[in-house]
Amino acid sequence: MVPHPYRVRRRRRETHDTFTLELQPASREGMDDERLPLGQEDAERDIPIASPQPPSTVPAFLPGQFNMLYLFGVGEVPISISGDPADSTTLAHTIRAVGTVTAALRALRPGDMVGVRGPFGSHWPLSDAEGNDVVLIAGGIGLAPLRPAVYRILAERAKYGRVVLLYGTRTPADILYRRELARWRSHFDFDVLITVDHALGNWRGNVGVVTTLIARAPFDPLNTVAMMCGPEVMMRFAARELVRRGVPVDRIFISMERNMKCAIGFCGHCQFGPTFVCKDGPVLPYRGVKDLLTIREL
Amino acid sequence: MMGASGIQVGDVVVIERAHLERLFDALRQRGYQIVGPTVRDEAIIYDLLRSAEDLPIGWTDEQEGGYYRLKRRNDAAVFGYAVGPHSWKRFVHPPALRLWRAERTDGRFRIIEETETLPPFAFIGVRSCELHALAIQDRVFLEGAYVDPVYKARRSGAFIVAVNCGQAGGTCFCASMNTGPRVTFGFDLALTELLDAERHDFVVDVGTERGAELLGDVPYRAASDAERAAVDDLVAHTAAHMGRTMETAEIKELLYRHYEHPRWDDVARRCLTCGNCTMVCPTCFCTTVEDVTDLRGQRAERWRRWDSCFTLDFTYLAGGRVRASAKARYRQWMTHKLATWIDQFGTSGCVGCGRCITWCPVAIDITEEVRAIRESESTGSAPSPGKEQ
Repeated sequence: MVPHPYRVRRRRRETHDTFTLELQPASREGMDDERLPLGQEDAERDIPIASPQPPSTVPAFLPGQFNMLYLFGVGEVPISISGDPADSTTLAHTIRAVGTVTAALRALRPGDMVGVRGPFGSHWPLSDAEGNDVVLIAGGIGLAPLRPAVYRILAERAKYGRVVLLYGTRTPADILYRRELARWRSHFDFDVLITVDHALGNWRGNVGVVTTLIARAPFDPLNTVAMMCGPEVMMRFAARELVRRGVPVDRIFISMERNMKCAIGFCGHCQFGPTFVCKDGPVLPYRGVKDLLTIREL
Repeated sequence: MMGASGIQVGDVVVIERAHLERLFDALRQRGYQIVGPTVRDEAIIYDLLRSAEDLPIGWTDEQEGGYYRLKRRNDAAVFGYAVGPHSWKRFVHPPALRLWRAERTDGRFRIIEETETLPPFAFIGVRSCELHALAIQDRVFLEGAYVDPVYKARRSGAFIVAVNCGQAGGTCFCASMNTGPRVTFGFDLALTELLDAERHDFVVDVGTERGAELLGDVPYRAASDAERAAVDDLVAHTAAHMGRTMETAEIKELLYRHYEHPRWDDVARRCLTCGNCTMVCPTCFCTTVEDVTDLRGQRAERWRRWDSCFTLDFTYLAGGRVRASAKARYRQWMTHKLATWIDQFGTSGCVGCGRCITWCPVAIDITEEVRAIRESESTGSAPSPGKEQ
């Protein structure tokens, strides 16, 4: 499994430590000497950037899957795909700069090359959720792997009942995808509730952990599929709250994160009890990991 | 008599000790690189062999928890010892392997895939527990959604000369794990060494067509009923003299019940988290990768190396390590080996070879740790497996 060459089409700043890389397949050897136009880092503007020529397509992925991103000589990291699964020209990854590789990825400029392996892992049960209400619960950067699910749901909106996104971050400054959140929120059939742990200055929204939003979110518990991604402690308490509201345990799905070196079940690093998070997950039925989540340092 | 043909899978023949070299010759003529046990640095390890004379002739070992010593035998047995610190995974799943190289020019890089062309291995002296270990690694690397091409090439080409153990080591417990001592599958030829004042022969079970074909170049004769019975007796004797035992009934459920057990704290006080047990284990398969560059930053390489769940970095995630304590790391290793492995791959990850006991510098004994947890249930000293909520 070797990485395939991709070019950075654009890098968007999301928050002080988080950014989104939009990647396109590098054209074949000998043909990729022409440089892509240097876009600029634009935080909140969706400016279409023309590609010099029609790009080749990216591999199809399902919402919830991840790629391994390789930076020449630095290393490789698992990053969930956060773009639109219907977009066959661009791969988007929202990344928090917290380690050596992710910090180096943040320094990339349009036209720079990265290696991509993937997509890997399991996906959100969007087909199974058809006909049901959908509750998406995200904590911090956990919104990134859920965004493809939002795109898919909005594209096939009629297939779902009520849809609500509950999103919690530490502070208002940590909120990702602000413009899109506002746009999603403007849909009459898509609810977005946001809360922050610590309110600052002019924040007039909810304060408190994301689990507090569950009680008042509009959905029918008995006909709901819940999908969530965030810190494990958040997911545990959110799942508990969902169950308390009457959502059946086997309709709750979580996305987990672990150290990964290979992404295909060989390196052993991502084990969580009997689960290989890379190939059995990252999206896992809550029922299967409910008890394991309570064990410290598993 | 020379058996040029007519020998079949399932046949049992006898090769005299004097003709063992002919087996080596036959393997070499067919292009195999012969790997087997040999004495090095006061241990019996596995390495390339030039001839049968490189085998540990006349040597044996003494093994106990944290203890391994070579000793001279008072005979010239060729396979008169138990397993040492090496296992065959070193050859099918190499400790360090370059996965690919990359070259950078003008802001782009190009990946150069590794292609490996090795002559096939002939493994000499593979024990039953080790055949089980190979079969367990097959499930990891060959039988899932992804196949490891390096493992596949090295493993599928290998010619296997197995050996029935004529004696059990001090830390052996294959009889408990149902993985030995008798070789039952996965071999081309299986040898049993019969040695006394009058004779020194190998009774040979023919396991494959390839094995039968090879014997065309080695002098042999048919085995007598007495010789077959001698093999049975020898293996039964070995089975009855295991240095260790482990009760495996419902072991998965036992360990799943006891993720929180004071014994994990107890073992954590002794464990040095050195990772020796994972390095010597014939089934441990974990690896890490290393990305390296030249000084100018124009060339990069990706290497895969054996890794151990005992290292702190093994579970590194942004914000810390999932398994920071020694307790959590030992629990992961042992619970993986004996419990979660069953859920993952349908078999235990332990073959009872005893290496982890012998090579643990502080003599932690996996059979003892299981026993302590199991017995705590009957003595009532185990904490009731409570759940949070």
